[in-house]
Amino acid sequence: MELLLFNIFNGFIIGMFYALMALGLSLILGLNGIINFSHGGFLALGGYMAYSLTPAIGFWGALIVSPFLAGLLGLLTERILIRPLYGRDPLFSLLLTFGLAMIMQDLVRTAWGATGLPFHVPSALGHPLSQVYFFITGYRVFLVVLTFLATGALFALLQFTRVGVRIRAGNSDLETVSALGINIYRLRAINFAVGILLAGLAGVLAAGRLGLTPTMGTSLIMPSFVAIIVGGVGSLLGSMLGGIIIGIAAGIMTTYYPAASDVIIYIIMAVVLIVRPRGLMGQEGLLE
Amino acid sequence: MKSPTAQNATEAPSGARASSQGSSLQTIVPSLLVWALLLTAPYWLPMFGGYTALGSRVLIYGLAALGLNLLLGFTGGLSFGHAAYFGLGAYGTGLMLKFITHSTPLAMLVGVLVGGLGATLFGPVTVRRRGIYFAMITIAIGQMFYFIAVRWNSLTGGEDGLTGFGRTNIHFGSAVLNIHNPILFYYFTLFFFAIGCAVVWSVLRSPLGHTFIAIRENPKRLRFLGLPIGVYIWIAFAISGFVAALAGALYALLNNFTSPEDLNWILSGDFVIICVLGGMRTFWGPLLGAVIYVVVQDYLSSVTVNWMSFIGAIFVLAVLFFPWGLLGFFQRRIQK
Repeated sequence: MELLLFNIFNGFIIGMFYALMALGLSLILGLNGIINFSHGGFLALGGYMAYSLTPAIGFWGALIVSPFLAGLLGLLTERILIRPLYGRDPLFSLLLTFGLAMIMQDLVRTAWGATGLPFHVPSALGHPLSQVYFFITGYRVFLVVLTFLATGALFALLQFTRVGVRIRAGNSDLETVSALGINIYRLRAINFAVGILLAGLAGVLAAGRLGLTPTMGTSLIMPSFVAIIVGGVGSLLGSMLGGIIIGIAAGIMTTYYPAASDVIIYIIMAVVLIVRPRGLMGQEGLLE
Repeated sequence: MKSPTAQNATEAPSGARASSQGSSLQTIVPSLLVWALLLTAPYWLPMFGGYTALGSRVLIYGLAALGLNLLLGFTGGLSFGHAAYFGLGAYGTGLMLKFITHSTPLAMLVGVLVGGLGATLFGPVTVRRRGIYFAMITIAIGQMFYFIAVRWNSLTGGEDGLTGFGRTNIHFGSAVLNIHNPILFYYFTLFFFAIGCAVVWSVLRSPLGHTFIAIRENPKRLRFLGLPIGVYIWIAFAISGFVAALAGALYALLNNFTSPEDLNWILSGDFVIICVLGGMRTFWGPLLGAVIYVVVQDYLSSVTVNWMSFIGAIFVLAVLFFPWGLLGFFQRRIQK
């Protein structure tokens, strides 16, 4: 029983990373119309930059600065590489970000080395909170709380700010938004940067939990795609939910049949696609 | 934002018309040239510092990309998961040779069936969606097979790949085809490459092929005409899966080894960029792309550890400056 709880909790934590990734991917997919393969690269970059920043500004500083640095890089990437692709066949944005992901992984490996690096979280967060449930450490609880805070902030941004309203409007009809005199290029740039910022945050958090390797982004991005498909394309809440569901499912599977813990999320995806082709909360008629 | 794929498909309709033209001089001469070069490759390859196995690899990648291109370039189905069917073909062949039979043709047949039927089975799940969504689902399905291969240690050898099998000579009555000889294996591969080409070529020239192109150009219109476009995309998916599986089977025989990387989405991406590099609206584009890609990769991985950056740069530059590939570029030049 304890082992099951342990694995469910672990799965939930991993699900948080999937959810943060999937949220960013979903945002970018919605307004920019792009599947960002390089999302995993930005995640790894966020983690590694935090690693290098920590000696100078400490964990807390790095936790804040690193995601914003990643977002800034995202802004630059959008301006130089992504912008020429708007309105073209989605194939091209797929290929470009795919190539970008390869370049980023290679750069990270060249800059920080191919072997994994440990990322130390403050000792105040390292202690277990309970004697019986030793696996509930301060850092893991902190991670969950922070993910929910970031998500809450994102939804508040989308709900209550002018930019957020425009992003949501652009998701349903970009042409009309543009006709109303809003600079949609700037809007898409901001949107892209926010998505990358979430990836950077996920990177810092994942570094403390899973350690740093050049391929850390690659291994997290595929489940995040599955999270979006399960949750439904076009629904941010769905992406979040999808991430948590597949994280927990993989956790449960680890208890009973570890060999299938990777495969289970794809089986869930296949079942969802057959029973409910547009995902749990997907919009009807989108990309059909 | 509402219907991005349908309109974008009309970006380059020129290739469509060229490929459906009759057998004019313009299509026969280049094809003859291609076959002449392929048939003599073992003799001129060493002159340029190549080796025969490299030629076989080009053919195999070219064949897989040719199959994929039927779906990608001619039907407009953005599959980013074709390595799955390539890998299934490879694993099917390898497992047969290791555990069940010593007959190479029988093992290949099973491999092709496994990969092709895999594509046929999973096609319907994907064809309900289009564009980016289609791509995402095909990637995810591909990754499922990847993780099965990695995790099913006892059968597939897990992350180390499947070893302990080898291609065996083929007996025709008393005659023996010694495919251990690299040059003879090259011709063996070329034979199956030709079969794959013939299949794709005849499909493209049939009414079915014209329907595929029509779906690429304007799916909405075909739906209004009452065509079940999902079924047609499914057919294209299945055929291209069979061709990719054939390539995979040959790949297992070439290396006497299969790795989970043969199923990975990275390889799927490689197949797509091969199609794009050569020109995905043309018949021979994928082969040309395979020549460029395989040779460049072979060269780069021997001179630099950062070859991944260079390959990635090829992706980025091809998209930004050569979106219709080399052949597409020349075709447009000629038509102007």
